[in-house]
Amino acid sequence: MEAHQLRAIANRIRRRDLQAVFEAGAGHIGGEMSVIDLLTVLYFHVLNVDPNAPRDPQRDRFVLSKGHTACALYVTLAEAGFLPKAEISTFLQPHSRLNGHPNCTKVPGVETNTGPLGHGLPVAVGMAKAAQLDGAAWRTFVLTGDGEMQEGSNWEAAMAAAQFGLDNLTLIIDHNRFQQGASVAGTNNLAPIPPRFEAFGWAVAEIDGHDIEAIIEALAPAARVPGKPKCIVAHTNKGQGISFMRDRVEWHHKVPNREQYERARQELEEAMP
Amino acid sequence: MTAPRQLHDCRDAFTAVLEALAAANPDVVAVCNDSVGSSKLGGFRDQWPERLINVGIAEQNLVGVGAGLANGGKLPFVCGASCFLTGRALEQIKADIAYSNANVKLCGMSSGMAYGELGPTHHSIEDFAWLRALPNLPVIAPCDRIETAAATRFAASYDGPLFLRLSRVGVPDLLPADHEFALGKANLLRVGDDLTIIANGVLSHRALAAADLLAAQGLEARVLNMATVRPLDDEAIIRAAAETGALLTCEEHTVFGGLGSAVAEVVVRHRPVPMEILGVPGIFAPTGSANFLLDEFGLSPAGIAQSAGRLVARKG
Ligand SMILES: Cc1ncc(C[n+]2csc(CCOP(=O)(O)OP(=O)(O)O)c2C)c(N)n1
Ligand SMILES: [Mg+2]
Repeated sequence: MEAHQLRAIANRIRRRDLQAVFEAGAGHIGGEMSVIDLLTVLYFHVLNVDPNAPRDPQRDRFVLSKGHTACALYVTLAEAGFLPKAEISTFLQPHSRLNGHPNCTKVPGVETNTGPLGHGLPVAVGMAKAAQLDGAAWRTFVLTGDGEMQEGSNWEAAMAAAQFGLDNLTLIIDHNRFQQGASVAGTNNLAPIPPRFEAFGWAVAEIDGHDIEAIIEALAPAARVPGKPKCIVAHTNKGQGISFMRDRVEWHHKVPNREQYERARQELEEAMP
Repeated sequence: MTAPRQLHDCRDAFTAVLEALAAANPDVVAVCNDSVGSSKLGGFRDQWPERLINVGIAEQNLVGVGAGLANGGKLPFVCGASCFLTGRALEQIKADIAYSNANVKLCGMSSGMAYGELGPTHHSIEDFAWLRALPNLPVIAPCDRIETAAATRFAASYDGPLFLRLSRVGVPDLLPADHEFALGKANLLRVGDDLTIIANGVLSHRALAAADLLAAQGLEARVLNMATVRPLDDEAIIRAAAETGALLTCEEHTVFGGLGSAVAEVVVRHRPVPMEILGVPGIFAPTGSANFLLDEFGLSPAGIAQSAGRLVARKG
């Protein structure tokens, strides 16, 4: 799909996500806005997945490790045909399969359950290792938050991925510089991320995580470095697309009131490509 | 109908006491995992920024650092969402805290199903089972803000590790304002001889409301608030079994291995009587708020009363 089409889809996902969080009265809107451009390129340009065969053994695997931004994933999956679009309005409602963190036993397209941070990368290493054992062509992608990278499990998995030479594995870090209560730098600084991953035996690229063309290029098969897992540090903004949320830590999980909702909606509508 | 009672978030009582303790004792430190807000540590941080130790999103490190701080002479209150604190760092709790006898106060916030719609990953309904299996780790689930404050004061005075299981779900005051916490001692919330309902945490007030419904049907239920799941008040349980002949337990926890199981372990050894265990029925909960899910699992006052009625019918 062309970049301009992807931009239109991302804008639509942002608007639907905003509405869902507003109507449900809960969500993690800051980290949803930061990850939506990445999700859009993955689902509409990169991933070899089929909503009519969500368990096809040869499908690419994608794990949203920052599971608290499930709403953005649900909207993306609905946009991609894995879920009825109308179902998004059940987000967080009693007995809905769309709870606050994605559930692979109920939601087609979800590969593994996330919510506790620091689980996605180890599972993704196992997926990529399985493909390697089979000599299969499918690829594995995992998307984490930057605060999430403070979990030690990620670094155990990072070592394993390099040890196994998993060049079919791509880790994307949504580097929006904020976690739940403060900035990442002010809590437990990860910087500098690229040399850390390089020292762990990974190939690293840094991109603007809101630049659709840059995301496309970084995720292209040609970007594979033989014998090495790939880490993409995606520089993003928490609350991207909504001026008063952008880079403001309280919007990690704050819910817009009616007036803020209308303002945000208008901004996103004006930004429609 | 009585007027609706005011509901309180017990975390506020916890932090008020913690701040008073910190003001009196410079060795009191708070340790957290990017959970300043959810552990209500904002006031602590503002007053003693250098004594608020935030390790970031890293629970294994959180508990290990807590153990080290205790070894170095500090009095650490290690605060994190109960699901991650207990689930993610269970081996650290076992080896670094309980086995090493580190004087650390583990404070599991928003326990049970308080996180509601965030789903089973965020529910902490296994923590009684996990932690009461460990030696040297008292497990305490206060029922209201009064008991929360008293248990927090007790924690500071107690020489050794313990686990405080705190909720964010609003609960009314149940205990008298001058209540003092006694480890391993149940509190009699209501007298009665037809059966005994044993509860703790956010279930105690629901158990009391159930007892009111039962009274209207002519059944007088004794209600025991059993905040300490380990060490258990064996004596109160045995007496309740002997005097009321039937025991019903209510907990915001899976029915596998929690308060009900602990009570049953005492009952089968010492005084077998008909018993029923109410809690999360061994499934991953569907989507819903904490109060919705409790009702769904038969833990509404009406649901508890119904189970109580069936239980009493089983008495010989
Ligand atoms: C193991 C674990 N500890 C704590 C949390 C609570 N929590 C949810 S989101 C979050 C902050 C995540 O920050 P980041 O990874 O940067 O995500 P983003 O900024 O993309 O929202 C925290 C601490 C959790 N979900 N899992
Ligand atoms: Mg972040």
